[in-house]
Amino acid sequence: MSDAAPVSFPRSLRAWLADEAPASQTQARLGEWSRVAQRLLSNPLAATGLAIVVVLVLTALLAPMLAGRASPIAQELTQRLQAPSAAHWCGTDELGRDIYARLIYGSRVTLLIVALVAAVVAPVGLAVGTTAGYFGGGVDTVLMRVTDIFLAFPRLVLALAFAAALGPGIVNAVIAISLTSWPAYARISRAETATIARSDYIAAAVLLGAPASRILFRHIAPLCVSSVIVRLTLDMAGIILTAAGLGFLGLGAQPPTPEWGAMVATGRDVILDQWWVATIPGLAIFVVSLGFNLLGDGLRDTFDPRSR
Amino acid sequence: MSAAPLLQVEGLEVSYPSRGGLVRAVRDVGFALGRERLGIVGESGSGKSTTARAILGLIPAPGMVKARKLAFDGRDLTGLGEREWRALRGRRLSMVTQDPKYSLNPVQRIGTQIMQTYRLHHRSSRREAEQRTLEMLERVRIRDPEMVSSLYPHQLSGGMGQRAMIAMMLIADPDLLIADEPTSALDVTVQNQVLRILDDLVAERGMGLIFITHNLTIVSSFCDRVLVMYGGRIVEECAARDLHDARHPYTRALVAAAPELERPKAELSVVARDSAWMS
Amino acid sequence: MTAAPAIAVENLSVTFTSGRRRIVAVQEVSFEVARGETFGIVGESGSGKSTVLKAIAGLAPASNGGVRIEGRLMSARRSKSERRLLQYVFQDPYGSLHPRQTIDRILREPLEIHGLSDRETMILSALANVGLDPRHRFRYPHQLSGGQRQRVAIARALILAPSLLLLDEPTSSLDVSVQAEILNLISGIRRTRSLTTIFVSHDLAVVAHLCERIAIMQLGRLVEILPVQALRRGQAREDYSRELIAASRGYVREAAALAAALAKPPEGVR
Repeated sequence: MSDAAPVSFPRSLRAWLADEAPASQTQARLGEWSRVAQRLLSNPLAATGLAIVVVLVLTALLAPMLAGRASPIAQELTQRLQAPSAAHWCGTDELGRDIYARLIYGSRVTLLIVALVAAVVAPVGLAVGTTAGYFGGGVDTVLMRVTDIFLAFPRLVLALAFAAALGPGIVNAVIAISLTSWPAYARISRAETATIARSDYIAAAVLLGAPASRILFRHIAPLCVSSVIVRLTLDMAGIILTAAGLGFLGLGAQPPTPEWGAMVATGRDVILDQWWVATIPGLAIFVVSLGFNLLGDGLRDTFDPRSR
Repeated sequence: MSAAPLLQVEGLEVSYPSRGGLVRAVRDVGFALGRERLGIVGESGSGKSTTARAILGLIPAPGMVKARKLAFDGRDLTGLGEREWRALRGRRLSMVTQDPKYSLNPVQRIGTQIMQTYRLHHRSSRREAEQRTLEMLERVRIRDPEMVSSLYPHQLSGGMGQRAMIAMMLIADPDLLIADEPTSALDVTVQNQVLRILDDLVAERGMGLIFITHNLTIVSSFCDRVLVMYGGRIVEECAARDLHDARHPYTRALVAAAPELERPKAELSVVARDSAWMS
Repeated sequence: MTAAPAIAVENLSVTFTSGRRRIVAVQEVSFEVARGETFGIVGESGSGKSTVLKAIAGLAPASNGGVRIEGRLMSARRSKSERRLLQYVFQDPYGSLHPRQTIDRILREPLEIHGLSDRETMILSALANVGLDPRHRFRYPHQLSGGQRQRVAIARALILAPSLLLLDEPTSSLDVSVQAEILNLISGIRRTRSLTTIFVSHDLAVVAHLCERIAIMQLGRLVEILPVQALRRGQAREDYSRELIAASRGYVREAAALAAALAKPPEGVR
């Protein structure tokens, strides 16, 4: 019932988004997002970063199509350590598996780890941080000390501990990475909340009779989201590298699942003569990390109110 | 009022390029200033502050300043280089702004800043500069100049900070002072004290003063002549005491819209904007 | 039998402590506001006028004394029903609206919190009551001017139909012409809804325009309360009040005229 009369064509989508007087909440929100997107894309580096991330996502989604008939796990020992050629675009590894196919399918593992970690740390960090920042006092002290405890753990050591306790695997790797990553988001949210909580619009919400939970969830948290997103994209590079590191140590995805870090590890032994086995997945890690970094920088500049 | 005007402005235009085209912040502004108190009054966006900054050569790129004539004491101000501007600013033309926190160096003591300003424009020994500084602080009615001289800007109250800024801007003895909303951030009792200081200094030195404000009460009681700006143009020029009998509809509307302490008004007139004023 | 005053401030003191520093913002202030009255509080910076208002709204804790609303003593923690009685308009139109919420969302919020139905109609009529075109309904605050934002803030304050309205310098950051529109709006609303209103400002002319009785505060204390006619004529008992009124009249160049303005009114003129 809240939507206005249906949009009549041939009015273009662009005009609808740029409408100065939106007729519905949806139109207003989409219009605002499109303005943010325009600002982001006007920065060439950010656009590059976004393109890389989009390519990563598409590669993961369309892996079967992109790999064609090549299989990431089929071994052909007569074709071991072949240099890149027409038959195998990126050569083969020590078990004769097609590296190109493993690269493509490996993107799925990378994306899965990154998405799972993001899905865990962002909400947890936001919840803890906003609560601590809003209530202050004892609540703040307790929550921040809990945060400190988790911050004290080095990522890789904790992952090793988990692997020892629960066995290696992607899920445990995700848990380990998440447990050591969320404190940063709690800290960011807390700092932002402390500033936001002093503003008049929050006082207005209190005056209207809003309970604290509503204020935290519907008024404060949405304002912290942009900082969290920026931090997440900048952290992605680190998360990918940690996952790769775990894979390198044999603690992440287990064979025969292709995982870029593990691929680099196995290619280590033959790096001098058959450089492609380690270098190509290494380059993939580099490019994707760079892409997330550029995107994160771009997002930070876009969201920074000073540059408006 | 002396014979030759201190400042002559004709056809002043200031524009800024923006995404939607050229924004003309100041359009065809012209006036002459003698050794008098000229008020420029207008609402936000009227171009009054931009005019002041254009006169002092303080419009940064990409803003563009053009004028048929812009002369100070006979000297052409258009096309001056930075070196020439530096010699003029502070020494012959000066500016006082709304918030001293933005004009005073927060990490330098008041005395140091004022001394530096003096020594920039006059060859003098350190002791002489110090002496002048203390004298100037006394002139702005600061009771304990030595103590205030040793303070940092954040340690001063609003009124004191404003007086310190006036001291700093007038120590090199300029002929023209532009005051951009100098009292807008001050309490009303302090405002009048600062106005009195400005009044006395301007009178005794024979300076020209351009007083920019949005406050009609101040401009009609403090200034000699008033320019009213709207949409980048001057829409009215009159003596301050004639403000209530102004001719232009915008001025009349502005005067009618402000509540007055002495005369109750049943309803405040709302300014009905006429697009003809912008042409 | 006199009904309880709408608002009674009884010996209110508000002290802020930060670390070892104690700032006494309000010191033993008492006054009453009758139902339907428009009461003004003026003062310069540091007078505590805004703090008094915040204490009445429950936004600042009273360190001593208290506030009674319709006879009932209020604590800092207010219930939802108590919140409906009293609403507040802030000074800064740029800070009192949530930057990421559309106007519709901002006006819907109080309705959702208090579980009111018929939201569509209420939002549309709230916009109409403050003279805002429905075109603005789904815009964000940064797309509105200062005056328009202040209208939204007033609409939000009125949408729950409170009986008490507190206004904290609502026009101080607005141009003269926009201020006139907002003051006319407030006058109109006050008439049609018979609200009890407290208006805080540093501008005597504005306060005199709207209010019937005006309290003058200085450095946390209540100096005196004047009826508006006395304020306009400068007939005040206290020296500070006369000084404030004289200063508000504008700059006076001649010393003699200034002295006359500050002089005590002759006896019998009260």
